Amino acid sequence: MTMVNQKAIFVALFFLVLLAYPWLDGGSYGIDLVTKIMIYAIFALSLELLVGSTGLVCFGQAAFFGIGAYAAVLLSGEDGPASILWLLPASAGAAALYALAVGSLSLRTKGVYFIMVTLAFAQMAYFIVHDTPLGGGTDGIYLYFRPILGEWLVLDEPLVMYMFSLFCLVGTFGFLGVLLRSRFGRALAGIKENEQRMLGTGFVTYPYKLAAFTISGALAGLAGFLFAVKDGFVNPELLNWHLSGAALVMIILGGLGHLRGAITGAFAFMLLQEFFKSEAIFGEFARHWHLGLGLVIILAVAFLPSGLVGLPDVLRSRLAGSGVVPLKKLPEGGR
Amino acid sequence: MDLTTFLIQCLNALQYGLLLFLVASGLTLIFGIMGVINLAHGSFYMIGAYMAYALSPVIEATLGGGFFLTLLIGLALAVLLGYLLEWAFYSYLYNRDHLQQVLMTYGLILVFEELRSLLVGDDVHGVQIPDFLSGSIPLGEVMSYPVYRLFVSAMCLVLVVGLFYIFNRTRLGMMIRAGASNREMIQSLGIDINFLYRVVFAAGFALAAFAGMVAAPVSSVYPGMGNEVLIICFVVVVIGGIGSIQGALVAALLIGFIDTFGKVLLPEAAGVLVYLAMAVILLWKPNGLFKAA
Repeated sequence: MTMVNQKAIFVALFFLVLLAYPWLDGGSYGIDLVTKIMIYAIFALSLELLVGSTGLVCFGQAAFFGIGAYAAVLLSGEDGPASILWLLPASAGAAALYALAVGSLSLRTKGVYFIMVTLAFAQMAYFIVHDTPLGGGTDGIYLYFRPILGEWLVLDEPLVMYMFSLFCLVGTFGFLGVLLRSRFGRALAGIKENEQRMLGTGFVTYPYKLAAFTISGALAGLAGFLFAVKDGFVNPELLNWHLSGAALVMIILGGLGHLRGAITGAFAFMLLQEFFKSEAIFGEFARHWHLGLGLVIILAVAFLPSGLVGLPDVLRSRLAGSGVVPLKKLPEGGR
Repeated sequence: MDLTTFLIQCLNALQYGLLLFLVASGLTLIFGIMGVINLAHGSFYMIGAYMAYALSPVIEATLGGGFFLTLLIGLALAVLLGYLLEWAFYSYLYNRDHLQQVLMTYGLILVFEELRSLLVGDDVHGVQIPDFLSGSIPLGEVMSYPVYRLFVSAMCLVLVVGLFYIFNRTRLGMMIRAGASNREMIQSLGIDINFLYRVVFAAGFALAAFAGMVAAPVSSVYPGMGNEVLIICFVVVVIGGIGSIQGALVAALLIGFIDTFGKVLLPEAAGVLVYLAMAVILLWKPNGLFKAA
């Protein structure tokens, strides 16, 4: 069996487990938690398209997430449930529009400057939501009616919400998988590897990067839409830079350059949080859950330079006794 | 706005800008020379502020107290801590990808915040202004300006002058500037780059902690104070141009004035102004105002 097939089988198994999970556990707490994690996984995937696949480190992803969430609440009105058919595209579209504007400007800068300009635009969106009455200010706003699709898809039901989120997660994963294997995706990989050479071979790279940025914004907006519908409530903290940071940590922890890394990272990050917050295990000390999470992250950097998806390779080489961890990329610079 | 108010706000802006510079100068040097994106830099500021809060009663009890003594002991501790941190964590990051550095320093933020919570708790604490600095100077008929704020600005100015002297006029400064522009070259000239890194890192830690210590009586100490400073200092560093200490000074003062006057003149837009300024500047000059040495 080739490696590619093996990985595809793992991913398919993973999604099957998620599909069966409500019947394995059935508790409302677990279903709510896994729904939330799947939404974060979509959010992480949107960032992976930029950071892992195109080499553009965006530090303002929470803005697109938040705009998608706010759009879902503001557009749905107070008269009755809106249809998912138009509310979902409208929410993702609002986020994509903002991403198009931000991308067209910030792609003029590079490297750390790009990181900071995307942060600046996200902070602007944060303060606009935070300081103006448009979105209810710091208190946030409630969603009066969860959107529906006909009579059979009513997102009020936690199990339906769970399945819809899973459907969106699998859809996003599949969409990005196809996108990255297309000519467009190859161009993005080329830009990540060596943009100068891409320019040299006659690719005008700017439209490719802008398209990736906009698609990424739309997917983050989709995640935001789901989040708003699940909680029935939005507040400015959805646009906070902490969330952009957490998404970055998820994809780095999972392993950059792999779509499954983003999902692995989101699950690992959220489950670790859940683990260290658990009072059943840590008792009083659960209040200080950041400490454990921080230490695990530091250990992960020290021992898993290529993220959690590199773990099988590390174990395999340890078992083989060579002790040499194959690195995809040679370290830059030197001490 | 009358002249007195304007003057007061100018002093506030200057003080804020200078404090920002102290934190940002370390950040820009650590990035410029070692190529490390240090997200935990805000925590160094936080550690300094909490040292000012936690050390003064201890020193009061053992050595009889004294504001300057507390500052000195805090600074010494900060240098020591910076040196140890570099040895234990950061020295492993130089060869790594930037994103790995982001991940590890994010982990360090979480650890520092929780250690703070374990040792000192999560309450907001005020820090006493020493008696001899607690007065205020009358300005005009109704307004006055606290002496302590003037003292903070003066202390910062002394440090800024000292920093520029070291940077531009001494052998150590020359090595640091050389390291920022080409680290392989200065290694091959026989300069111990590991030692240089450790010095710069410890100095950066100490500067940020010092800023925290002198700011503590003005701002009081509270959870999350490090993260607020971190983001604004990154803004300063990129506006100024990464690795450029002159740029950091200009940018810090600029942000100080924009933020202070924004809060007075346009209170509802004050939060956005700083980021708007940053976006405009970076779109106009994509590499910051000053190119690094």
